[in-house]
Amino acid sequence: MAPPLLEVTGLSCRRGGRLVFDRLSFALSEGELLALTGRNGSGKTSLLRALAGLTPPHAGTIVWQGADVAQDPETWRGRLAWLGHLEGLKGDLTVMENLVFAERLRGGEAGDRLEGALLAFDLLGLSAREVRTLSAGQRRRTALARIVLSQAPLWLLDEPLNALDAPAQAAFRTALQAHLAAGGLAIAATHAELGIGGAQRLDLRGGTSVERPA
Amino acid sequence: MSGFATVLMRDLRLVWRRPGDVGVVLAFFVVATVLFPLGVGPETNVLARIAAGVLWCAALFAALLSLERLFAADHEDGTLDLLLLAPWPLELAALAKCLAHWIVTGLPLSLLAPVLGIAFGLDGRSLLALGATLLVGTPTLSLIGGLAAALTLGARKSGALLALLALPLCVPTLIFGAGAIETLAAGDGIVTHVAILAALALVALATTPWAIAAALRQAGE
Repeated sequence: MAPPLLEVTGLSCRRGGRLVFDRLSFALSEGELLALTGRNGSGKTSLLRALAGLTPPHAGTIVWQGADVAQDPETWRGRLAWLGHLEGLKGDLTVMENLVFAERLRGGEAGDRLEGALLAFDLLGLSAREVRTLSAGQRRRTALARIVLSQAPLWLLDEPLNALDAPAQAAFRTALQAHLAAGGLAIAATHAELGIGGAQRLDLRGGTSVERPA
Repeated sequence: MSGFATVLMRDLRLVWRRPGDVGVVLAFFVVATVLFPLGVGPETNVLARIAAGVLWCAALFAALLSLERLFAADHEDGTLDLLLLAPWPLELAALAKCLAHWIVTGLPLSLLAPVLGIAFGLDGRSLLALGATLLVGTPTLSLIGGLAAALTLGARKSGALLALLALPLCVPTLIFGAGAIETLAAGDGIVTHVAILAALALVALATTPWAIAAALRQAGE
């Protein structure tokens, strides 16, 4: 078995004086997906935000390739692609402008990859449309195209299937499988089945250990 | 393109797409300023004496109008998370957003103020001095206002809180900005006043981006 790229040890998080999760530990190797499950308020989003560094954890360490990410947070942020509850899109910019902006924000240029990302989520025909004119599902597809475009090794996804119709869900699964096949990692908070075989599962309703696939 | 330039160009493009937002600020500045001659009366001596204070106060209030949305819009649509997760210092993003705010409010206000100063009976030298002091002083308003906007992000009645936080911190800039025109009327130069305004702007430039970034990180939690 490949050595883990990401090792999370003893991660705890408090919000408003409440312990959201306590001493969570898990490890992910190349090509692995971790599905976070649990009821509303169980801490899935808080865990994703703690992993991203958006919410400082109360305790615990996050290690990437043997190095504590707290020592070099900028490099760590460069390794992440983030999809939150909110799409992170500007309504007055077009689909294309939003994607180009996001990629430049990461220090890269979309270049030739832009067309591929748009194509992956059937957005070519919408690329010149302002985001505020799109449906919720189309906006979610745009945000997912941003994730694909990033080429980040670790995807942090909060309810990625929200508002997606069946073809868009299939497109997401194809993109996720391609990412994992290329050695990428993904952690996704979800209420729905992601439909990816071999995914690890972390149930935040009570357990703190990762259930490995059979 | 650097992250700083990316954020700056994006914010300018957003303003270009919705010019009404800036139009409201400039319209407020014009209306608020024009009301004074109507209320005070047509005596040129009185108007010329209060002109600098009126125009500086109106510019300050106009700049504050648009500051509430400086970070709130990014917070509401989730793009603040993208800024927080960018692999370069958040301080630069904060600075880029304040610069964008100055370009679309401080700069036009500085250019518009001398035109409105004519209605107050200011002479040519005073009009130039007014434009110059606003040009040097308004960046401080954008930076301090940006800090207040970041600190009040997500708070209820954030607009009122923002004004309460920013206005006292802008008092030195207001005093030296308006004072320059009075000094000129008394026959002295304004170099000292402009130098102090520039120093205040530099202090704001050196301190506020870090404070804004810290406040944004706190809001992002």
